Amino acid sequence: MKGKLLTYFFLLTGAVIFAYPFLWMVFATLKPEIEIPNLWLLSQNMSFKNYSIVLNKIPIIRAFFNSLFVSLSITASVIIFGSIVGFALSRLNFYGKNLIFMLILFTMMIPFQITLIPTYVLIVKLGFVDTYAGLILPAMMSSFSILVFRQFFLNIPQSLIESARIDGCNNLQILFKVIIPLSKPAVSTVGILTFMSSWNEVLWPLIVIRNEKLMTMPQLVTVFVLGGQAEGQLGVQLASATLLALPVVIAYSFFQRYFIESLATTGLKE
Amino acid sequence: MVSPYVIYFLVFVAYPLTFSFILIFHRWNIVTPMEFIGLKNFIRLFRDETFFKSIINTLIFLSIHIPLQIAVALFFAQLLNKKIKLRGLFRSIYFLPVVVSGVVVTVLWQQMYAYETGLINQILLKFGFKKIPWLVSPKFAMPSIAIMATWKNVGLYIVLFLAGLQNIPRELYEVAEIDGASSFQKFLKITLPMLNPTIVLVVVLSTIGGFSLFIEPYIMTGGGPMDSTLSAMLYIYNQAFYFNHMGYAATLGFFFATIIFLVVILQRKFIERDVY
Repeated sequence: MKGKLLTYFFLLTGAVIFAYPFLWMVFATLKPEIEIPNLWLLSQNMSFKNYSIVLNKIPIIRAFFNSLFVSLSITASVIIFGSIVGFALSRLNFYGKNLIFMLILFTMMIPFQITLIPTYVLIVKLGFVDTYAGLILPAMMSSFSILVFRQFFLNIPQSLIESARIDGCNNLQILFKVIIPLSKPAVSTVGILTFMSSWNEVLWPLIVIRNEKLMTMPQLVTVFVLGGQAEGQLGVQLASATLLALPVVIAYSFFQRYFIESLATTGLKE
Repeated sequence: MVSPYVIYFLVFVAYPLTFSFILIFHRWNIVTPMEFIGLKNFIRLFRDETFFKSIINTLIFLSIHIPLQIAVALFFAQLLNKKIKLRGLFRSIYFLPVVVSGVVVTVLWQQMYAYETGLINQILLKFGFKKIPWLVSPKFAMPSIAIMATWKNVGLYIVLFLAGLQNIPRELYEVAEIDGASSFQKFLKITLPMLNPTIVLVVVLSTIGGFSLFIEPYIMTGGGPMDSTLSAMLYIYNQAFYFNHMGYAATLGFFFATIIFLVVILQRKFIERDVY
């Protein structure tokens, strides 16, 4: 009994440690600057003033749609191309199949630090600095996702594919009409992982986007907090961070289980 | 059907890799033509004390972050593995910082670490401790960032350890109990060895993550005070995009990537041999 109580005590302490800072942040954005350091969440003078300052100073709504467009494009592309290549690797025989498979494994092992600068140079040469293409193109495929699809497709019975072929389906029809509908767990895993990582990516946007109107949300908040536009006001800085956290927290609160399961499959990477 | 991948590979993997081999022998500010300088970039690298400091900083970060992460994750995973109510709720709360952007976490913790007004020092004062100069002192700054990174990522590792714990057959513990093993002995002789694959995974994942440490010092400290939080990635970024030393930055990236590659391979060999 005593052990049980102790267990709950530690679990609750953990919950406070992980959740309280976020709660404090949200309430701090509503308080006047001078009351922000208070540990107590509520205040007599709560207002949305900090949010109106953020909305007036930076195009954060625009940045939200930039992020949404870029992340959705990357996610769609990773799912479509990942499943096509995964299908070819798991079900088709063609010349150079093993070579392609080796290339994919090889690509996964390269630390991104080595390709970062040459990729930037490539984007400059292609004239894609300050364009959505500069953000989307380098992330359009992912070796990890190809492997997830390949692995999942290997477990789909060959007889289903044979019967679709007898019905006159070509490879792409087989993939999108027969296999994908049976592969929802793989699609949602790849989808959530890709969306999360591209939504939260900030190093690459900092490198290829200079125009404030095209900035992604995390990038814009970073530039805002660092660039002096927030004028050192904590409430305003925290308000921009809260706006940045909001979309992900809302999505997370609806699909917790999928988020946790998908992110836990990063374990498969090794 | 694999042709899209072949194109992607040629453009975004093979070309950058090849081009990085060219860049490391050149001086280039991206505007004027490239100038061939032989091995000068490497000579400069080996004399560049700031770069080696940035690598050591990154290793300091890893040496605090990884053990802390494993200890905290194992602790909470063990608690969650007991017969408790609201397991799902606790797990979801611990996982929340994992899904939120690193930018949010950094802006928030920068305020929490503030010397006079920060939450953490205020709580320390309430409990009768002294204030700690978290981000202002060169001694504390990197450990502060490591603690924050642990807070942000540990939820993922709790989930991985929990899955690992649930895969350990109950019978092992039952047999040990019959032999009169204490809980500590069971933890040492059964839990830890059985969790070895998860531990390897956690070490490798957080090493790779730690080597790309960038946005946290970029926002929080700009690498200071006295370059104490200058991570290798931040230094490379500054060389490339602040000073426009493309050739030199590519050389640094090449060198650093080689280190990462070797460390990860060594780690796996070492940990796997160590436990079995």
